Amino acid sequence: MIHRLTVSELTNRLARRECSAAEILQASLDQIARVDGDVRAFLSLDAADARAQAEAADRDLAAGVTHAEKPLLGIPVALKDLLAHRGQPLNCSSKILGHYRSPYDATVVERMKAAGAVVFGRLNMDEFAMGSSTETSAFQRTLNPWDLTRIPGGSSGGCAASVAASMVPVTVGSDTGGSIRQPAALCGVVGVKPTYGRVSRYGLTAFASSLDQIGPFARTVQDAARVTGVLAGQDRRDSTSVPLPVPDYVAALERSAGESRPLAGLRIGLAKEYMIGGLDPEVDAAMQASVRQFVALGAEVVEVSLPHSDYAAATYYIIAPAEASANLARFDGVRYGARVDGRDPAEMNARTRGAGFGAEVKRRIILGTYVLSSGYYDAYYLRAQKVRTLIRQDFLKAFETVDAILTPTTPTAAFRVGEKSDDPLQMYLSDIFTISCNLAGICGISVPCGFTRATAETPRLPLGLQLLGKPFGEETMFRMAHAYEQSTGWHLEVSPLG
Amino acid sequence: MSDFNIHYVARLARIDLSPAEEEKLGTQLGNILGYIAKLKEVDVTGVEATAHAFPLVNVTRPDVAEESLAHDAALANAPARSGGLFVVPKIVE
Repeated sequence: MIHRLTVSELTNRLARRECSAAEILQASLDQIARVDGDVRAFLSLDAADARAQAEAADRDLAAGVTHAEKPLLGIPVALKDLLAHRGQPLNCSSKILGHYRSPYDATVVERMKAAGAVVFGRLNMDEFAMGSSTETSAFQRTLNPWDLTRIPGGSSGGCAASVAASMVPVTVGSDTGGSIRQPAALCGVVGVKPTYGRVSRYGLTAFASSLDQIGPFARTVQDAARVTGVLAGQDRRDSTSVPLPVPDYVAALERSAGESRPLAGLRIGLAKEYMIGGLDPEVDAAMQASVRQFVALGAEVVEVSLPHSDYAAATYYIIAPAEASANLARFDGVRYGARVDGRDPAEMNARTRGAGFGAEVKRRIILGTYVLSSGYYDAYYLRAQKVRTLIRQDFLKAFETVDAILTPTTPTAAFRVGEKSDDPLQMYLSDIFTISCNLAGICGISVPCGFTRATAETPRLPLGLQLLGKPFGEETMFRMAHAYEQSTGWHLEVSPLG
Repeated sequence: MSDFNIHYVARLARIDLSPAEEEKLGTQLGNILGYIAKLKEVDVTGVEATAHAFPLVNVTRPDVAEESLAHDAALANAPARSGGLFVVPKIVE
């Protein structure tokens, strides 16, 4: 059952020579072969390249290299299909990239390889990360390992589903409005969006540059903290990465280990604007139980106000498409990807983009082009940037009195395949709890917090809670999430396919 | 949104749409624009715009030539190339 082990368990076994990196990789490949025909999380994987990396990790271990030196030595990690991995395909789950292969490694890939990880595989996603269900992928539909009639969430659906089905212990994705936290919640795993600027985006295909951030999926908070520590840090190739030291996130968790009230002295805020009616009763019950749990762990729970919450989705759906329309201008049929010929460059561009982009990407590029166009810029884009300031100020003011804000990650459990795919606005509103975090540039984590009740038609489905932390406050956020997780044991539940 | 002309904006975005796509996307975008119009309710008088949550300014490196992506690697994914260059359709004056 090696494939079900966490990173901490795997590194302990490797350190004691109870198993090899090659065996761990093989267990992962076997599990993928066993269940991914149903889940369909992987678009492709290069087993030979992965085996070579695992053998190199085994040579390092034999030479006495420790996990203190290389924290991910021998650990398999799979990637969302928008991170550059040298020599491997990169499609962003879109047809427009054709047979593209990355000529270089993303900084996060470089950092994980330097930390000894065995990096392999391309995970399905919503096309160009635009979506909340992974249904906008041009290639395949990924399903939720807890119920194969339901979506895994998105846009990083393949990342969440593959961890939930125990195919890999860690995956790395990106979060622009909830694309890590929302699928993590719907698949019952841990997902982290670090603070804006914490992790280099060099080698990440840009969607909305003022919102995008790279982060991990894992089965435990401790594993997610370990991987975040590897990913984080300034990079001279991304001028938005901040020159701040990276704390030892795992050590921060160990400091309060064994205490009966590990969160004593910390304050958690509940936003009153998030509690106005309409919340799914099972989500509401799970939230109330988690509040009691945090109180039992020593935290003080108080009400805070985020008065501009109601405007977050509208603000997001101006700013993100506007930035996307500029970022995706590079897919023009000239430098890479598929091309549809035309009589002149403009006709070639328009035909290539008309044939290569799917409906959701076209919708967002056209929306973004409109809100940036002459005569509408002030009314839409500039106004949205001003409302963004107010949303950010709401959070910074709340963080004067609390250390974190607690919300459900999603308004409901995983919805059915096809349920929202024809109604973009309803799909957009499934992200209401996660969007503000990106607008405010703060950090957030989703942690499993229970299940819906099984019925005759539907098995139980996982639910997630979200902790939003101060800018660069990952340490405290991880401490809170870890204390909660360890006291509840929801993370020990394994999906039927796991 | 009576003044939203999908045909015109799709041309600005350089995306060919079929008539069926124009109709469907036009309706959906009309609904979305109706929703985001709620931002008009917010009083933004005197509020500065936020472009980035943590703007870093003047991020530079020493002005020294460095190794970068090799010429061949940069061209490797091109749909059409010749003589070490990207090839595009002729631009007619």
